[in-house]
Amino acid sequence: MVLAVTFIVSYAIRLTGDPALMLVQGAGSVTEDDLVRIRESLGLNVPFIVQYLNFLKGFATLNFGKSFMGGTSVALLISKALPATLLLALASMAISILISIPLGVAAAVSKGKWQDQLIRILSLVGISFPNFWLGIMFVLFFSITLKWLPPSGMEGPLSFIMPALTMGIIMTATNVRLVRTTMLDTLQSQYIMVTRAKGLSEKAVLYKHALRNCGIPLITYFGLQFGGLLGGVVVVERVFNWPGMGTLAFDAVASRDYPVLQAVVCILALLIVSVNLIVDIAYGYVDPRVRKE
Amino acid sequence: MKNIQSSPSPYKNIEFILGSLLVGGICLLVLFSFIIFPDGGESIDLVHRLQPPFKSAAHFLGTDPLGRDVLARMIVGGRISLVVGSFSVLGAVTMGVVLGLVAGYYRGFWDTLVMRLADVQLALPFILLAITFTAIVGGGLRNTIILLIVTQWVQYARLVRGLVLTLKEREFILSARAIGVKDRGILFRHLLPNLAGPIVVLMTLNIANNILLESSLTFLGMGVDVMVPSWGGMLADGRTYLQNAWWVSVFPGLTLLLLVLGLNLFGDWLRDRLDPTGRTAK
Repeated sequence: MVLAVTFIVSYAIRLTGDPALMLVQGAGSVTEDDLVRIRESLGLNVPFIVQYLNFLKGFATLNFGKSFMGGTSVALLISKALPATLLLALASMAISILISIPLGVAAAVSKGKWQDQLIRILSLVGISFPNFWLGIMFVLFFSITLKWLPPSGMEGPLSFIMPALTMGIIMTATNVRLVRTTMLDTLQSQYIMVTRAKGLSEKAVLYKHALRNCGIPLITYFGLQFGGLLGGVVVVERVFNWPGMGTLAFDAVASRDYPVLQAVVCILALLIVSVNLIVDIAYGYVDPRVRKE
Repeated sequence: MKNIQSSPSPYKNIEFILGSLLVGGICLLVLFSFIIFPDGGESIDLVHRLQPPFKSAAHFLGTDPLGRDVLARMIVGGRISLVVGSFSVLGAVTMGVVLGLVAGYYRGFWDTLVMRLADVQLALPFILLAITFTAIVGGGLRNTIILLIVTQWVQYARLVRGLVLTLKEREFILSARAIGVKDRGILFRHLLPNLAGPIVVLMTLNIANNILLESSLTFLGMGVDVMVPSWGGMLADGRTYLQNAWWVSVFPGLTLLLLVLGLNLFGDWLRDRLDPTGRTAK
């Protein structure tokens, strides 16, 4: 699967145009010889399949080659951008889990009452929010009007608040519904009836017995969201000029920087596929019922 | 077949009324924009650039950095969203439903092929596919619609395939086969009508989602041309002037939010009506 993805991506990127032409733009008089020399130095003179095999070999040894723009090693660029993106993704996920679990539980407990309806409407509003616009509104409010937070870049913990909140809130909207339905399912089961019959307090029933049994399906959902989360982070990065994989990818598209774009897309895809795989395995490990099937 | 007549809740009606008002209102405004704003919001007026909103009747929502009327561009910009939303969903439905029907009904090779393709596509988030796609063929209105079709058909194919797998063992399909109805007749006259509910629900929610995706692509500079008025494009413009002209980015985003919210409310209501067992639930 990963192989198929990397192959398609690297082939497709090469259809976009000649980076040698891009590089010499504005350089004045350029002869055909110059172009040939540039292509040779970039390793573009060999057939595509050889270039692809070279890329795979490099990928396995974490040597992604050099960026066409400025000749910085791609591994270095990635090693700076990947942690920035992952940190942002983790922070968003943490925010979303912290908000959505109490809200989802509250909605499930008050099923059909006004609290439930309110949370339902709020979650619909959240799903409808364009993530980049929410980001812009945060900048307008917290950076320009109140001057509390830095509008862009990644400097210090304060700069995390707005991007992480943007992604976190958008994700919360879907997660609340997930928590609610999972919780409703669990609350109907017989062991919950037993805990109630034993006379446990409502708090103990909910948080000690019910929530724990919701844990397994919820972890799976959250894990499978990872792909969507990364996708969202890539867009939000653009709003906040966050120095992550998204910014790297958009710049690479603009300058037809094959090695960078190829590495970014492949690493993100690899990351998503492996997280999904880990979730699948973990699921069977935590819940013995799955292994039996 | 339980719960078809789900208990009438007053909240449900609010959802329907609010949803249709938002969607209907915005659609009407956009449809009549050809009459209300014959210039298409394109007239540049550098003398009156960056006018604040609510000050003059001529520019009720203010003007942008080129002196163009924000209200006019906003309403005209809705055309792009509505066109992209409806055409991309129509395309995706056609493709997904046909492939899903074939995969679920015939199984075997076609089934494996379609589902493998779906798996590979689902492994990559939309934005990565979009980056690669635009890097190859470029942006523009037509390419954006194509991109949305080729990324969204998977949902319909999966939904339809799953439903066909259970439906085709039912008695009415068996009897149709027994009296010699051709495969095509079974697929389109007997199976498809039974799938209509869930498909329509998914379509409504998908239009909302596609409108959001189009605007983020345009915002990132990978969607429709920035010269054409569109909500994503206006937001990208406005971001640069956020410091001293908040109205350029606030109003288009708000309209986008309201339209998508309306569609989602409507879809939610529709789901309870047409798909009470929640087959289209995420």
